[in-house]
Amino acid sequence: MQDFAQSFYLAFQLVASANPDLVEIVLLSLKVSLSAVFLSVLIGLPLGAAIGVARFPGRNAVIVLVNSLMGLPPVVVGLLVYLALSNAGPFGWMRLLYSPAAMIIAQTVLITPIVAALTREIVEQLNDEYAEYFRSLCLPRHRALAAYLWDARFNLLTVGLAGFGRAVAEVGAVIVVGGNIDHLTRVMTTAIALETSKGDLALALALGLVLMVIALSVNALVMMMRGTATRTAYA
Amino acid sequence: MLRRKAGKLVWGAAAAFALGGVLVGVAHAQDESIIVQSTTSTANSGLYDHLLPIFEEKTGIKVNVVAVGTGQAIKNASNGDGDVLLVHAKPAEEKFVADGFGVERFDVMYNDFIFVGPPADPAGVKDAGSVSEALEKIAGAEAPFASRGDDSGTHKKEISLWKTAGIDPTEASGSWYRETGSGMGATLNAAVGMGAYAMTDRGTWISFKNKGDYEIVLEGHDNLFNQYGVILVNPEKHPHVKAEAGQSFIDWILGDEGQDAIADYKLDGQQLFFPNAK
Amino acid sequence: MANLLPLVVRDLGYAVRDTVLLRDVNFTVKSPGVTVVMGPNGAGKSLLLRLLHGLLAPSRGSVTWGGAPPDDAVRRRQAMMAQRPVLLRRSVRANMDFVLSLREIEDRRGTCDALLERVGLLPFAARPARRLSGGEQQRLALARALAQGPEVLFMDEPASSLDPASTATIESVVRELKHAGTKVVLVTHDAAQARRLAEDVVFLHRGTLTEQASAERFFERPSSEAARQYLAGGLVI
Repeated sequence: MQDFAQSFYLAFQLVASANPDLVEIVLLSLKVSLSAVFLSVLIGLPLGAAIGVARFPGRNAVIVLVNSLMGLPPVVVGLLVYLALSNAGPFGWMRLLYSPAAMIIAQTVLITPIVAALTREIVEQLNDEYAEYFRSLCLPRHRALAAYLWDARFNLLTVGLAGFGRAVAEVGAVIVVGGNIDHLTRVMTTAIALETSKGDLALALALGLVLMVIALSVNALVMMMRGTATRTAYA
Repeated sequence: MLRRKAGKLVWGAAAAFALGGVLVGVAHAQDESIIVQSTTSTANSGLYDHLLPIFEEKTGIKVNVVAVGTGQAIKNASNGDGDVLLVHAKPAEEKFVADGFGVERFDVMYNDFIFVGPPADPAGVKDAGSVSEALEKIAGAEAPFASRGDDSGTHKKEISLWKTAGIDPTEASGSWYRETGSGMGATLNAAVGMGAYAMTDRGTWISFKNKGDYEIVLEGHDNLFNQYGVILVNPEKHPHVKAEAGQSFIDWILGDEGQDAIADYKLDGQQLFFPNAK
Repeated sequence: MANLLPLVVRDLGYAVRDTVLLRDVNFTVKSPGVTVVMGPNGAGKSLLLRLLHGLLAPSRGSVTWGGAPPDDAVRRRQAMMAQRPVLLRRSVRANMDFVLSLREIEDRRGTCDALLERVGLLPFAARPARRLSGGEQQRLALARALAQGPEVLFMDEPASSLDPASTATIESVVRELKHAGTKVVLVTHDAAQARRLAEDVVFLHRGTLTEQASAERFFERPSSEAARQYLAGGLVI
């Protein structure tokens, strides 16, 4: 039990003193995971929306596939990206392994299916509701797609958060492709894994607490934005 | 038509993604830096935090250490994902060089392994006169033993000790012989948690913070010494290897300055690594 | 542009797999004004409206507007007010803008305000559309349909279970449209409302057309048994 008290104290101390190493690690975590969210939204949103409204043979198979990919273990994604980016792999020439870029790619691969699958679900529901009205208006397809994404914007915010939550919390993928290199690719989760392996459980837990506070802040921030938007504009 | 539109979007996104990746990659490649594939035991001991600033100060070359098990480090280096290999599993290192992946292997330093266990010492390891005797006692008492089980240098060393003692502990895998498949620290966490004996390098043990009431139960025997080697990844096999920067790191660590720096590193007043470059 | 009238419906049938929902419907509408589609529940009134508007393709027969099938070009000149209006998850004004932006209109803001004023929703312009009451939602749907500047307006039970004020607003707008020469095709349950608005009546029963007549004749002397019972308040199935 002493560990818990010690951890809270340590966590507080780390944050209060703005420990430069901690700040660096936190900023890298945010940079990597937010970039991954941005990219996965860029890819997953239109992809999910397209699957949501389009009707084509094999559509159900595609949906099942995307839904299953949501459960990809991070370490498997890490391995796949490692093999692709390794100097012995097809993209080795890009020299990305053991860099933040590699971590961003791995997390993007990890969460794009989540963004695509959840977007597909949301857009499909809206499509069921709006399709006939849009047909009555003779609305061009691209405008319909834009309308779905815009009208689902608050739900899609939650989709982004789900992706961010998974990205910022995973360790399996970033530790394989990033290598947990100090001052280069060390993020919150790999630092926690490292401290655990050093047996410094109190420090590991303290870092975990900091991670939770960050996740909490990001969520609170987004919910606040959402609340304000709903109240004032809704347009 | 919709599918074509969506397709365009996806390709656009993919292109932006790839472009972003390339830009980051270029920026990354411009730094004068090398990657050293090494082991968790050296990294966790804090040795690199002591050595690298001195080297970087002198040469301006940034050294990035990837700390994994020796098996994975060698595998990564074989893939060309690193410029220098610094590990401790001599036969595997020699094979790495023989297969053409490395240029040449040099002895750098050694440390030693110890056995740790609960203070009650249920198998009576403390009374053993040799490593083989200690292992016989553990196997005879079927006392829990936590093994790395991860093909690391430490794991390979442990297996060779069992072999010397003429015991095949893997027959008891899952009962008293427990292979964690994890790093040294995680294995020590597990050992302390389940009251098992474990073999560890001294450096990891001294810096390990979750010892509980564990004690060193066996140490100082000749066959517990642990030789580290350093190898430049072969630029003929992987042309992008930064041979020059890598070689200057190797030259430095094998030279007087590097060797002295290794000897200088102490944790809790104890020297962890003993330089022995020839 | 060719006139959308006459509307000619010939041998119209619609089936989902083996279930025939509408069969052998024939009628012609030549004059503007209000055509009311009446009939008991499940007679196929909403389905007929969708077929007329080209939202569904007929299984058999044809629908033509001034000789042309209800394709995009025809549908663009028509508007549909669904029974349960599909309002976008946006403000009242944004719902209007969404439709207005599809047309080339000079004073979009002014047009929007005038239409909202007409249905009494101008004070609610900034409100989220989906938080309006049922009657307000119907009035917004009407304003939105008018924003399309339609030559033909389909209304599917626009006044079912509405407050009297909303019903009055909707009916007065329908009368204005009538005077302006817009064709209105209205589905309603409400015989009193039909009497107030209709020029002619189409009566459906179990997927077939049993009667088409001027409003006057239909309400005085309905020729089909089903229509007679329906007007008398009998339960027609």
